Amino acid sequence: MIVTMTNADFSTEKPRPSHFQPRLDERNIHDAWSSWNGYKLAEYYFEAEYEYFCIRNTCGTYDICPMQKYLISGPDAEKMLNRMVTRDVTKMRNNRVSYVLWCTDEGRLIDDGTIFRLADDSFLLTCGSPSTAWLKKSSLGFDNVTINDRSDELAALSLQGPTSCAVLKRMGLKGIEQAKPFTIHHFDFFGDSLMVSRTGFTGGLGYELWIKAELALELWDAVYEAGADYGIHPFGEQATNMARLEAGFIMPGYEFNEALKTVHFEHDQTPFELNLDWMVDFKKPHFNGRAALLEESRRGPRYTLTKLDIEGNKPAEGAFIYDSQDCSRHIGYVTSGMWSPVVKANIALAMIETPYLKGELWAEINYEKELRHYSKIARCSVKEEPFWAPDYAKVTPPRDY
Amino acid sequence: MKRYDAIVIGAGHNGLTNAAYLAKAGLDVLVVEKNDYIGGAAVSRELHEGWVYSSCSYVCSMMRQSLHRDLDLSRHGLMLVPYLGTVNFDDHGNTLVSYHGEAAAYNELKRHSRHDADAMFRLQADLGRYAQVIRKTLLRTPPDPTSFRIRDIQELLFLAKQFGALGQKELYEYIRFFTLSAADFLDDYFETDIVKATMASAGIIGTALGVYSPGSSYILLHHVMGDIDGSIGAWGLARGGMGAISNALASACKSYGGEIRTNAGVDQIIVKGGRAVGVALSSGEEISANIVVSNLDARRTFTKIMDRDDLPPGIFEKAENFKIRGSSGKVNIALSGLPKFTNVPDNPYANRGGQAFTGSMETMERAYDCWKRGTWSDDPFIESVIPSAWDPTVAPPGQHWMSNFIQYCPAELADGPWTPEKRDQFGQTVVNKIERYSPGFKDLIVHMEVRTPFEIEQEVGLTEGNIFQGELTIDQLLFNRPFPGYAQYRMPVKNMYMCGSSTHPGGGVSSACGANAAREILMDLRRPNTVPEDDCYDD
Ligand SMILES: Cc1cc2nc3c(=O)[nH]c(=O)nc-3n(C[C@H](O)[C@H](O)[C@H](O)COP(=O)(O)OP(=O)(O)OC[C@H]3O[C@@H](n4cnc5c(N)ncnc54)[C@H](O)[C@@H]3O)c2cc1C
Repeated sequence: MIVTMTNADFSTEKPRPSHFQPRLDERNIHDAWSSWNGYKLAEYYFEAEYEYFCIRNTCGTYDICPMQKYLISGPDAEKMLNRMVTRDVTKMRNNRVSYVLWCTDEGRLIDDGTIFRLADDSFLLTCGSPSTAWLKKSSLGFDNVTINDRSDELAALSLQGPTSCAVLKRMGLKGIEQAKPFTIHHFDFFGDSLMVSRTGFTGGLGYELWIKAELALELWDAVYEAGADYGIHPFGEQATNMARLEAGFIMPGYEFNEALKTVHFEHDQTPFELNLDWMVDFKKPHFNGRAALLEESRRGPRYTLTKLDIEGNKPAEGAFIYDSQDCSRHIGYVTSGMWSPVVKANIALAMIETPYLKGELWAEINYEKELRHYSKIARCSVKEEPFWAPDYAKVTPPRDY
Repeated sequence: MKRYDAIVIGAGHNGLTNAAYLAKAGLDVLVVEKNDYIGGAAVSRELHEGWVYSSCSYVCSMMRQSLHRDLDLSRHGLMLVPYLGTVNFDDHGNTLVSYHGEAAAYNELKRHSRHDADAMFRLQADLGRYAQVIRKTLLRTPPDPTSFRIRDIQELLFLAKQFGALGQKELYEYIRFFTLSAADFLDDYFETDIVKATMASAGIIGTALGVYSPGSSYILLHHVMGDIDGSIGAWGLARGGMGAISNALASACKSYGGEIRTNAGVDQIIVKGGRAVGVALSSGEEISANIVVSNLDARRTFTKIMDRDDLPPGIFEKAENFKIRGSSGKVNIALSGLPKFTNVPDNPYANRGGQAFTGSMETMERAYDCWKRGTWSDDPFIESVIPSAWDPTVAPPGQHWMSNFIQYCPAELADGPWTPEKRDQFGQTVVNKIERYSPGFKDLIVHMEVRTPFEIEQEVGLTEGNIFQGELTIDQLLFNRPFPGYAQYRMPVKNMYMCGSSTHPGGGVSSACGANAAREILMDLRRPNTVPEDDCYDD
């Protein structure tokens, strides 16, 4: 018997369209979709490497509508956030953005995100995973704070690459070239306010554009019209992942497992293990995880996330790290690895048992060639600096290309 | 007076590579360049305000990744960006787009012939196999097949092993391949002219051979053996033009303490007691050094800046007879907008890469016939790229420049020497042909630089304007390059070396010649080898 399901309703299964969806559909010519927080998200639009080069050579846009966005406001908002995250929020001036982490009482990383200080008593917190429950918990004891989940109402587009400033200038955003990294600016757009921050996840020059969802398509069209002569192209998750790895940025699901979702003991990570010491401020008043982190900072992290330059060209994704060429002692594992086209190096991030960092490091890389599987042992050297950190990314005003 | 450890004559990309490695090894190195800019045939020049031309070479694929990485050229400002989507135009207005994606490429071929679409898989696999072997030789010094020195024997065994790994049948094929014409080679795969012509065009670029001449199939391989980030056969653009490669090499060289002097043309290599001891500049200044390295082509090195009496018998003649026939022209055009072409899908993946005005196998052969008669065809083969469609640094936003490489253009015309008028007529021929496929093209032209072999020789010093510094035929390849017995970068005069494209592995922007020569020099100085011997690709 053949059963037809003409009336079947799959809506709960199907990813939700992004606020930019009609434009994304036009551009995603290979229908390469995945999803993020229930929203449809492109793996790539044409091809990952092509889009990666747009990020590095011209400019591209990444749909960040699926990112979680919480408006946290009220007289206690600053105190509440300062209690939650490991950095000192009181040092943030208005219209500034700060990268932040928040931890459990045990000092294990729950998530990372960015705080936008919109006013003395108003903050926008953005992060990768839904965090309503944790925010609620974190606000206990703070009476004068409201948390408003704006994830579905705010559209956001990340514009990244060396020509990105030129595009915004062409779009008519007067004075945008004076925007310094991590600052916020507002522009009139169709009678509404367009918020632009000089932020991003690619390590190069870039901006993020924030607008109410109803104006999403107008924003897209304005950006693409202005970008036509500057090599603009949408990019997906894969190109993002390449760019962020070159910049040395961590990603949930690769470098860290969110603490609240971790089953096995200490299979989550701490800021120190992730080499984010500079993000933990012990000088400020009490914050979540402080005691445990203080203890860890004294004894040193068990693992350390390390940047590796690996011999040869075979990406070391998932490779084991050993302390010698004969692989006698297993001391860590690669969390992300790729051949970097702009650096021309085989780069990786790896979690390595801290005491072994001083010695030799060898990766056992598995790869495949026309269906035959191989493994090779490759020497690794430790890099202190991000693999890719061009000077032009920090300059104000930025160059036009 | 200061005495350098080494002087490199010529700041072409190979000279700069050589100097960088010598300086990196701790030598006191000076590069002397006749022009007031560096780069030789890998150069970017702003000849019209706002537009930066890659005046000679325009695309990159042969650059050795391991050298790029080892010299940290990215930190010195080099970024290679792969481009894609090249359209071939035939005589009848048909087009064949070389799509990047396998499915799209297959569908496009199938439009012309299902047979050829299928056969393309076999061709790509065969070329991939041939390329794999030849790639392994690029960063190695060719062995001398007549020598019994251990190193030569080891290297011969290495070669034998690489070729042996092909299997018997493929080995026969490979040997045959070196002497086949591009046409004969491709006849075994394809039945449609447009597909053959598309593939054959790589067999004539830069050479004084035609698609039907024996040896042109190797030229084809020479043009597809490179890669961009491991994607074999892919070509890329250097951000900022090809000069970005030379500039990054120069910056690396200086970071190791090397010196570079421009406006310092060499008149003479000074030889005393059978040893090179320095150079005399055209200004009259003499600079001494323990080692002299020439980045110039073999003809120029031995017949122009050396005294015949300083050379052992026979070398001068060998240099005179070195095959270095000019056959290419280059027309760089600044455009006020992006040209539109007929019969091409209007999307950025199909037609923003290059244009190959291939015509047909016969049209290409006819153009070759004209060259033989000392003139240029009014229907030449043109290979074009619009770098500004990719690179935001080489033209004002919304405006463009188009690089046009023309095959063929004779070094000497039958009706007397090149004149500016004839040069401009040649340029006009090229513009007329493009206009046929892109109506309105002429109206977009803002500025033009027309280069015949005459200009290329005058400016870059490539004899006859031969882009490879010497023909790439089997008699001038591997251990025969530049001459049998002199393929290991050491020249017949003591303490003198060659490092340009006249040496193995030949023309193209690869840095391999310069790096290999540096390795030999360091070996003679009994210094540890610091030059990579292999590309970092384990293929
Ligand atoms: C028109 C054209 C297009 C090409 N297209 C490509 C391409 O797209 N891709 C590719 O890979 N390759 C291409 N090639 C080939 C490639 O550019 C050359 O093979 C390569 O650049 C040669 O480099 P080199 O360092 O060996 O020599 P050169 O670049 O020839 O360098 C020699 C240097 O010596 C200097 N010199 C000459 N005489 C003297 C003297 N007496 N004293 C001091 N200095 C002197 C010259 O000015 C020059 O700087 C092209 C070449 C040409 C001409």
